[in-house]
Amino acid sequence: MSILDMTAVGLAKAIRAGEATAVEAMEAVIAQIEKTEKELNCYVTFDKEAALERAREAQKKIEAGELTGPLAGVPVSIKDNMCTEGIKTTCSSKILENFVPTFSSEAVKNLEKAGAVLIGKTNMDEFAMGSTTETSAYGATKNPWNTAHVPGGSSGGAAASVAASECFFALGSDTGGSIRQPASYCGVVGMKPTYGTVSRYGLIAYGSSLDQIGPLAKDVTDCATILEVISSYDKKDSTSVKREDTNFTEALVDDVAGMKIGIPRDYLGEGLDEEVKNAILAAAKKLEEKGAIVEEFDLSLVEYAIPAYYVIASAEASSNLARFDGVKYGYRTKEYEGLHNMYKKTRSEGFGAEVKRRIMLGSFVLSSGYYDAYYLKALRTKALIKQAFDRAFEKYDVILGPAAPTTAPELGKSLSDPIKMYLGDIYTISVNLAGLPGITVPCGVDQSGLPIGLQLIGDCFKEKNIIRAAYAYEQSREFEKCPLGEA
Amino acid sequence: MSKQYETVIGLEVHVELATKTKIFCSCSTAFGGAPNTHTCPVCTGMPGSLPVLNKKVVEYAAAVGLATNCTITQNCKFDRKNYFYPDNPQNYQISQLYLPICRNGSVEIETEEGKKTIGIHEIHMEEDAGKLVHDEWEGVSLVDYNRSGVPLIEIVSEPDMRSAEEVIAYLEKLRMLIQYLGASDCKLQEGSMRADVNLSVREVGATEFGTRTEMKNLNSFKAIARAIEGERARQIDLIESGEKVVQETRRWDDTKEYSYAMRSKEDAQDYRYFPEPDLVPIVISDEWLDEIRAAQPEFRDEKKARYQKEYDLPEYDADIITGHKKLADLFEATTALCKKPKKVSNWLMGETMRLMKEQSVEPEDLKFSPGNLAKLIELADAGTINGNVAKEVFEKIFAEDIDPDQYVEEHGLKTVNDEGALRSTIEQVIRDNPQSVDDYHNGKEKAIGFLVGQTMKAMKGKANPAMVNQILKELL
Amino acid sequence: MANTISDETIEYVGILAKLELSDEEKENAKKDMESMLDYIDKLNELDTTGVEPMSHVFPVQNVFREDVVENGDGSSATLANAPESRDNAFVVPVTVEA
Repeated sequence: MSILDMTAVGLAKAIRAGEATAVEAMEAVIAQIEKTEKELNCYVTFDKEAALERAREAQKKIEAGELTGPLAGVPVSIKDNMCTEGIKTTCSSKILENFVPTFSSEAVKNLEKAGAVLIGKTNMDEFAMGSTTETSAYGATKNPWNTAHVPGGSSGGAAASVAASECFFALGSDTGGSIRQPASYCGVVGMKPTYGTVSRYGLIAYGSSLDQIGPLAKDVTDCATILEVISSYDKKDSTSVKREDTNFTEALVDDVAGMKIGIPRDYLGEGLDEEVKNAILAAAKKLEEKGAIVEEFDLSLVEYAIPAYYVIASAEASSNLARFDGVKYGYRTKEYEGLHNMYKKTRSEGFGAEVKRRIMLGSFVLSSGYYDAYYLKALRTKALIKQAFDRAFEKYDVILGPAAPTTAPELGKSLSDPIKMYLGDIYTISVNLAGLPGITVPCGVDQSGLPIGLQLIGDCFKEKNIIRAAYAYEQSREFEKCPLGEA
Repeated sequence: MSKQYETVIGLEVHVELATKTKIFCSCSTAFGGAPNTHTCPVCTGMPGSLPVLNKKVVEYAAAVGLATNCTITQNCKFDRKNYFYPDNPQNYQISQLYLPICRNGSVEIETEEGKKTIGIHEIHMEEDAGKLVHDEWEGVSLVDYNRSGVPLIEIVSEPDMRSAEEVIAYLEKLRMLIQYLGASDCKLQEGSMRADVNLSVREVGATEFGTRTEMKNLNSFKAIARAIEGERARQIDLIESGEKVVQETRRWDDTKEYSYAMRSKEDAQDYRYFPEPDLVPIVISDEWLDEIRAAQPEFRDEKKARYQKEYDLPEYDADIITGHKKLADLFEATTALCKKPKKVSNWLMGETMRLMKEQSVEPEDLKFSPGNLAKLIELADAGTINGNVAKEVFEKIFAEDIDPDQYVEEHGLKTVNDEGALRSTIEQVIRDNPQSVDDYHNGKEKAIGFLVGQTMKAMKGKANPAMVNQILKELL
Repeated sequence: MANTISDETIEYVGILAKLELSDEEKENAKKDMESMLDYIDKLNELDTTGVEPMSHVFPVQNVFREDVVENGDGSSATLANAPESRDNAFVVPVTVEA
């Protein structure tokens, strides 16, 4: 068995036992990157020597007994919207082409404390705006299962790097499905925790009220372990929640007897690919066989989540991205006449089309005379959506559904029709609006061999329910292997 | 016959709060320092940084609200105000629009026609911007974020003022209240208190307001008064010549005594406010509000009554001394040391105010310590120095806060009480001025004054004047 | 129901957002915005009378910091990524008219 076949938890165990080293693990990852990266383009920033050096350092500390965390020595890739001290952080945008943060994000610091070793920064949709990783200023990432297809997005580089064994696990961020959807397209496990569970300090904001950092991993055990490590109350993030129950690995039990699982009928209707639907229902069946009580119900309001989301996320983004102006950091246009021309040229040259589209929309919906009709209306809709979930969780422990209506689309097919692309987020977006935790687990492949993802949604702070269901499901079947993920 | 116009004025007063740290990060608010030394990722808008609210800001803002009879919004929030300008690192300012912390207050001012109530529309919390230094020769501006994120409250009045005098009285009242609270030092020159003036004119008797303009860049009471006169005249001129006043923001140029429109196509003044997602709501419980209320200091009226009762000060003295927090503080601290309230009051109302006026020093800029004033009072009272020397020494205390004991010692200023030394000096003076001695004997009483003067001169001012008089008379 | 975005609106939003769009981009932006707004108008089907706008999903409140100075001289980190700096300050085109 190649070292690359190990899970993150398995590798950490082997390193602790002296059967492997952090350096060997990093060398294996580097060899894999050198083999597949040309085709996949998972990374925006990857410095082989620096990565090796970090692994050597970690190994020394492990041997000296200074580094004993649950992920000690395990190589990790970080989505390029999380600040990493001394390492370029671009958000896959030209406007941050040369930005080197002077501090690391809290989630990355927590990972480092647990001993994980940074490989590099993964590609994404520019500023996390997109569902395909095609809006990156540094080229699209390809799906390791079939390179004619997208890996999903916006954490496409992260998902592809896990699937292709270009890392042992990855950190991504999820504003409207940006972890769960690419995890589904790439056949890996991805999880967005309850809003406020992982500190947003150091995460370059897209939609502040929706953004959450989470893990993308090879299996549910890794996912729970990583989440346990990165969850923390952070006094630097005012929206961080003090939680006692972040020992998520406790939920790794193969037992769903009596668990009440609801499948929203609204998720199974028009627009859902037949193969995806069948795979989801088959997965539900498996859980039922294990003793869960599964039934269909009407969640309601599903079709209103996307328009509400685009108003809220675009509005927040138009403000969050105002700071990129060529004054303090990042790209500044070469020739300009006066301040405002400098601003406009810098931003017009530095941002890509999708980012500009959302900044324009966000600026418009907040502008004088429109705030009530759009922004407040969207916040009221959000309140109703939250209520609908509250009602559902009075009856169910877990909501089960697809992560995306289809498997990964072909490259170049999505961007031309933004609304159609946005519709692809229909099953993930409402989870962000309501601040809920959600996990995607692979549940088969379609006829063309592309992975299908099962999404499990929990009530706020009830990650353990979805981890337990995901783990039990995972135990019930053998998973298909990503062809490019073999060493 | 020409028409009569009334000026309608409302003020937006920004006050920098006296916290040690900025509103959303733990950087120092200390004034000065090399550019960008008091900065961190939060107050420079670094990607990934997040704000965390300074609790003291809420307490100061609520305290000012209570002192100005406002209703405290017990469930308030921050909003983002979006506009691009380089002094604002995020290109949005965190402020309050929808639920400001204080609303519906008022303060009372004294006018020539008696007391008048000025309404306060709201008080909100926000962050200050950085500083721009212009190098027009090179065509660049330099941006310093040391002030970025310093906490401000903005006090928005109702359009209740009708003259520059009322505006000044209102500002002085606010300044006094806020200084009493210790919420700010309120220095106009240093920008810790700034006023924007909203002004319109209308014919006397009209019920509708005219179109208003907002004037910025007013950094002294005098500039404010001049700006009000100048803008009133400009608006009346426009109306009389059949033109319209345009609602706009104008910059007052105090040297040219004229205001200039600040409009440009690129400033749309559409701030796209929305609730700040990075900060959570502030809930001020009844208990917390009670604590803030209980911590309110003794304000002027109470203090004045106490000074009359406890220190037996005349009403006149008590009124003047409590007119400024700094004077009241000095009075109490000095009195505590020397236990001579009336003497302290005399020094504050006499020499201190004379020197303040002479040197244009504002009370908040007084530098001397109560300890040194107390020592000086002791020296004078004990007769160690005479009255003239005491005034001379006080000037040094006022300017440099010197230790009077040490100063008197080093400069040999002690009153000479040695009768032998005095007697021999006076004998010499009598010998040197036979004409004056004759005049005295011939009934010219005034001549003795000249001889006293000569003696004092010979003793370099340090003689005990009573003893000089006595010995002179005896010898003559 | 169809929204129409005028040239003036696109121009105005460009000023607010500090984006300078080419003529082609403007045309695309108009079309994009129109179709997005048509889509967003779907929200009007929902009766939200009496519903409080929800900006925060959780009732977290009163997150404060004590008023204690913790940060020292941050100037080198602050200026580390500056496109142009001088005398410890960021340099921008002059912001006052001569």
